[in-house]
Amino acid sequence: MKNYQLLLNPLNDENPITVQVLGICSALAVTVQMKPAIVMALSVTVVTAFSNLIISMGRNTIPPRIRIIIQLVVVAFLVIVVDQVLKAYVYDVSKKLSVFVGLIITNCILMGRLEAFAMSNKPFESFLDGIGNGAGYGLILIALGTIRELLGSGSLMGYQIIPQAFYESGYQDNGMMILPPMALITVGIIIWIQRGYNRKLIDKS
Amino acid sequence: MNIQSNKYTYIYSTIIVLIVATGLAIVATALKPAQDKNVEIEKKQNILTSLRVTSDPTNAEVLYEQYITDSYTLNSKGEKVSGVDPFTVNLRGEMKKSAEERNLPAFEAKLGDSTFMVIPVYGKGLWGPIWGYVSFLKDESLPGGQPHFNTIYGVMFDHKGETPGLGAEINQPFFMDHFQGKKIFNEQGEFVSVEVVKGGADPASLYEVDAISGGTITSKGLEEMLEEGLQPYQNFFKSNN
Repeated sequence: MKNYQLLLNPLNDENPITVQVLGICSALAVTVQMKPAIVMALSVTVVTAFSNLIISMGRNTIPPRIRIIIQLVVVAFLVIVVDQVLKAYVYDVSKKLSVFVGLIITNCILMGRLEAFAMSNKPFESFLDGIGNGAGYGLILIALGTIRELLGSGSLMGYQIIPQAFYESGYQDNGMMILPPMALITVGIIIWIQRGYNRKLIDKS
Repeated sequence: MNIQSNKYTYIYSTIIVLIVATGLAIVATALKPAQDKNVEIEKKQNILTSLRVTSDPTNAEVLYEQYITDSYTLNSKGEKVSGVDPFTVNLRGEMKKSAEERNLPAFEAKLGDSTFMVIPVYGKGLWGPIWGYVSFLKDESLPGGQPHFNTIYGVMFDHKGETPGLGAEINQPFFMDHFQGKKIFNEQGEFVSVEVVKGGADPASLYEVDAISGGTITSKGLEEMLEEGLQPYQNFFKSNN
């Protein structure tokens, strides 16, 4: 695979959320508003990229019998660093994300990429693969965050978008959009739209 | 080198753990001041909110300096305790002691010509801790012996993880605004606290507010928090320093 494919494939053909259906839990939990969705997307991208890089650099020295534990230690280390940085510099967002930053450790995308890619590829390629997958995850998160915040709260990034006149003439925010079930349905709709134009993803059998 | 061997595996894992532990220790130490600062600013914002002053993280410190004129730690007799910084008193620890032994922080504020007293409270909700700040307006006209801090001017409540949409609503303005104008001492000057009443409080009552439907345990916890937390201050409120 070429380097640009490593970056771009996870955005569409191999999207971790809509095609591989990994990392769904956090995608439902932190997408009520755009701001936490963006911070979560960036955090996961940073953690995936650097854990891929570190594991790939050490891939020939890691004892095979404890490789999963070593991967977990590296991921946990990076997640704690990200959590501490968020607490120090974007305190309000870190409060909103609360446990979900810690739960990046259990994000299936991370372990998936480490086992499937970083353990058998060179550091630079692994790094790109990490960024690509983080971005693919982030893309869906931000799309979800946009839809849910716009329809659920009538705002984007906390700024009111739907004009006050709409509310005065009887428009109401959709309270369902704020709840996780609607996030799952929205993910389903995104998957549907994606398969609608990307025929490669449709299972022939 | 045989990377399958036990010896190699042990040495490798030991080294990795040491590197990671050192790295984390460095990061945690380096970021500690910035994190503590955030917590401090949040606390100042909370105190300002209870005084009905809106603030954001950038101006909280300036506003705090401007409005909070004095702060002190008291004991249950209403005397000032020296040597304890009221801002850093750990309420969670204090609530475990008996009322007579607690260190009671109080923050005195001046907005315009009025004097206010902000009292922090801490208690238990359904799933975890709840806490808040209650500000009282000083009644200058009363004679000695009567509680001079009786009328609630504003409150600020927050929680760690109450049920969203139910108990979690205690930090919403519609609930907190109910407390404005309520009193904690009855006409005889006895401490009665504010009751959180399920099923509709009497709007005319000065000692009741509506509970949150579906958030009964949180509401009860909040009521208990106010009673437990404010009760030790009664000597101080009556003594009018």
